[in-house]
Amino acid sequence: MNWEVIIKWLPRLAQGATLTLELVAIAVIAGLLLAIPLGIARTSRKRYISALPYAYIFFFRGTPLLVQLFLVYYGLAQFDAVRQSALWPYLRDPFWCAAVTMTLHTAAYIAEILRGALQAIPRGEIEAARALGMSYSTALLRIMLPRAARIGLPAYSNEVILMLKASSLASTVTLLELTGMARTIIARTYLPVEIFFAAGLFYLLISFILVQIFKLLERWLRVDACQGR
Amino acid sequence: MNIDLYGFGPVLAAGALMTIKLALSALCFGLVLGLLGALAKTSPYKPLRWLGGTYSTLVRGIPELLWVLLIYYGTVSLMARVGEWLGIADLALSPFAAGVTALALCFGAYATEVFRGAMLAIPKGHREAGLALGLSRLRIFTRLVLPQMWRIALPGLGNLFLILMKDTALVSVISLEEIMRNTQSAVTVTKQPFTFYMVAAFMYLALTIVAMVALHFIEKRAARGFARAEQ
Repeated sequence: MNWEVIIKWLPRLAQGATLTLELVAIAVIAGLLLAIPLGIARTSRKRYISALPYAYIFFFRGTPLLVQLFLVYYGLAQFDAVRQSALWPYLRDPFWCAAVTMTLHTAAYIAEILRGALQAIPRGEIEAARALGMSYSTALLRIMLPRAARIGLPAYSNEVILMLKASSLASTVTLLELTGMARTIIARTYLPVEIFFAAGLFYLLISFILVQIFKLLERWLRVDACQGR
Repeated sequence: MNIDLYGFGPVLAAGALMTIKLALSALCFGLVLGLLGALAKTSPYKPLRWLGGTYSTLVRGIPELLWVLLIYYGTVSLMARVGEWLGIADLALSPFAAGVTALALCFGAYATEVFRGAMLAIPKGHREAGLALGLSRLRIFTRLVLPQMWRIALPGLGNLFLILMKDTALVSVISLEEIMRNTQSAVTVTKQPFTFYMVAAFMYLALTIVAMVALHFIEKRAARGFARAEQ
């Protein structure tokens, strides 16, 4: 193992890691915002409301992220309408393509987590809210969503870690995030084991920190106190 | 609806076959790795427990793509040295072998946790009953624990297999000619990226649906003789 090389390229890898973090942060936050309406609509008993989210979730969970990424990055350019639209400067940029695709992808998973959490709320609690005279939307906002957030938080933290790992796919659309940066450095140094090892350590470190943050968040939201039995 | 594939249909079908081969090979090795990992993690020996824990933590914490690249590019010098020692020139891991190794490694790490959970779900009394009947520890595992574990582990393993099947797309990065790679070649020729990537997406969806149906039947068979509680 050539440690000097690792130390020499550490700053560049750290630079890649910041891009990875940016991508993940955008994806999991925007994905969550998108997933809230999706997840709520998915739990609806009315078929015409739940059908579209169902199809969306099925498509994004059933196909590889790599295919989705290529569909957005390479595929959209097939249409002249897209190339002439005002969004084209963004859709041409690999960063925004990766961010958008990861957001759409993770939104499907988070919506499914939210659906599970909403359905796991004891029925009595929702009935109690309604019996107190809350409208369905008030009950949703005041009782069901805060409750679902606590039930779904552990699964959400898993999803964030998965997105951290999925962000490595952005390297296939020429982005120099952690994996992309490692590949560039290897093209110059011909030391794949050392550099990939160092990149792997970065991923492990980031996921370790994320896990700690979610532990704090769980304590702050008093997740364990809600597990009444 | 009729999509013009510009004569690339057979190429894509060949890619699908390769994807299936890759997924099933990785599944076989991954199941073995997962079982070994779970045995190590539940073993009474501390070094073994440490080994199992390190394996599952390390592999699960690093992206699958990085494993694919690391195993393909990282083993070149190692394999060359082994080849020299064995007297075989240009010994190297083929993309298929590297892909199977990387995917099996990742599948195994997650399967370790699934199997471990299933092992812990089997009542201790069953093991004790086996001991009381004078069965050896190996016998207890193969005859008592394993058949029962299977049923509990199946849903988890099914999920992992669906993930594995989607991860096979990553192996296209090291130029194995599976669905993604062949789609890319079709795109370079036809300049119809959206059409072809959409076709690829629907091929993966079809594979997912087939796997889901198969899993449903396997689960049903594994659960025979078990009544589900009325809900």
